[in-house]
Amino acid sequence: MTLRMRDARYAYAGTSRQVLAGVDLDVEAGRVVAVVGPNEAGKSTLCLVAAGLAPIAIGGRLEGSVLLAGDETAGLAAHQAAQRCGILFQNSATQLSGTTSTVWEEIAFGPRNLGLDIGAIVEHVEGAMATLDIAGLAERDPQRLSGGQAQLVALASVLALQPSLLVLDEPTSQLDPAGTRLVGKALSRFAAENGTAILLVEHKTGLVARIADEVAVLVGGRIVQHGPTAEVLANPALAEQGVDPPPAVRIERAVAAAGRSGDLAGLDLAALEMEPIANPSLPIGAPLPTGTPA
Amino acid sequence: MSEPAILVENVSFDYPRGPRALDGIALRIDVGERVAVVGQNGSGKSTLVRQFNGLLRPTVGTVSINGRPIGRRHVAELAREVGLAFQNPDRQIFAGSVRAEVAFGPRNLGLSQSERDAAVERAIVTVGLDGDEGTNPYDLGFSRRKCLALASILAMETPIVILDEPTTGQDARGIDRVKRIVSDLSAAGRTVIAVSHDMRFVAESFERVIVMRAGRIVLDGTPAEAFADAAWPTLASTYLEPPLAARVGARLGLGTTPTEASLVGALVERAADGR
Repeated sequence: MTLRMRDARYAYAGTSRQVLAGVDLDVEAGRVVAVVGPNEAGKSTLCLVAAGLAPIAIGGRLEGSVLLAGDETAGLAAHQAAQRCGILFQNSATQLSGTTSTVWEEIAFGPRNLGLDIGAIVEHVEGAMATLDIAGLAERDPQRLSGGQAQLVALASVLALQPSLLVLDEPTSQLDPAGTRLVGKALSRFAAENGTAILLVEHKTGLVARIADEVAVLVGGRIVQHGPTAEVLANPALAEQGVDPPPAVRIERAVAAAGRSGDLAGLDLAALEMEPIANPSLPIGAPLPTGTPA
Repeated sequence: MSEPAILVENVSFDYPRGPRALDGIALRIDVGERVAVVGQNGSGKSTLVRQFNGLLRPTVGTVSINGRPIGRRHVAELAREVGLAFQNPDRQIFAGSVRAEVAFGPRNLGLSQSERDAAVERAIVTVGLDGDEGTNPYDLGFSRRKCLALASILAMETPIVILDEPTTGQDARGIDRVKRIVSDLSAAGRTVIAVSHDMRFVAESFERVIVMRAGRIVLDGTPAEAFADAAWPTLASTYLEPPLAARVGARLGLGTTPTEASLVGALVERAADGR
């Protein structure tokens, strides 16, 4: 088991309120486990605890058990946790090191600190950039990227570590729809091919429906629902729990409420959502085309 | 015809040591319009809206606000006319409490104490942060820091309000709140411009959609026009996709149905026609 949490309870330093109030959650190698829930449910805190940053780096009080690749996180040194788990913060702009002058160096920052040889560093960096289709950003200044580009670079920096557990806090929040789709595919491939365990916090339930093996619903620091993706996302209780159902589920319900379900017969909405509408002609980060304006 | 809220004439913008971010933009936004700006990551959306409050100045071309060219007018002066809530709230927040953060803008507008207090209170209630007036902004989660950044702009009560990715990180209730804020601002006659990747939000809350690609405007129309199947290749060329409701409507031969409500409406109407 890559991540195993049992009755995990956590309060930030200087406070007594348990933001996580008894969480049981497992993420096995090669599995994508999504966590959804309303704002302030404790999702970002769950990420910090799963990655070991809480309490290793930020203190606070952790009770219960959090095993990262078999060891309690509370007993790990920061570098040991970092070698096992890569975490992408919700505000990914704060994650960029600020010490590098190109995107390529930024993505190499983590692998270099893992002590990899130069050949492996190049391989990790270029692999991560290819996965997210951002080779065109390689020479750009990391501090001069758009919000979405910065998010892709931060994600590439985490993927380049090739950790056994990836903890991703809303990795697509600033991405365009095609970027969101691309990240979804990349994560599925990482899980399937590298056996990476992925803990994914995400509001976009359409994306969750496509890539998660199972879904846990976190409300008020507790998991109130946990099961196979399709089952959880189709549960009518989801909306009451403050989570928007995926578009396909919403549309089926709205059409049914109008008494027109028959009109959707034979139409697979989830598949329709995945159909490409045309081939994007301009890769992310590509230079401006010259010639007459469109 | 009255002066447009925003008039952009032949604007290009180059970042120092960076790529050309805007390339020959011409755009007129009238008072009271609700306009969404969409496009792939890095297409120039945020760069464009930052020309509207003087945070960035065109390399070439002119931007006028309410009939007056921005020229060298100070950001502080423009702040009376244009409020811009940043994509990343942490680039905006600096005060030690929610109330102090929201009060900063109105204080600099020279409002009286009572006017200022009222504006601050209204903004805090509007975004749902009442009860947290004394909280340190960094004790709020990311989604509520976004709400705080939004409140700071609303408290300025500017005639033009710009929201950069306002639904990012918001749950279903939070997105509903943002939709309500957009519709209330619009009902009060204010001009609302949002940059967004959330196509459902765009289709449901805005009357005009501007699609950008590589620093240019490639499409400018109503949601029904922007998400009609004829526009899909243009959307795809800038990494966008229509909302699922539009795809379903096109597949069922219902014409353009950018929102779930319009899809259901079209199905019901077709059934009624068939009887």
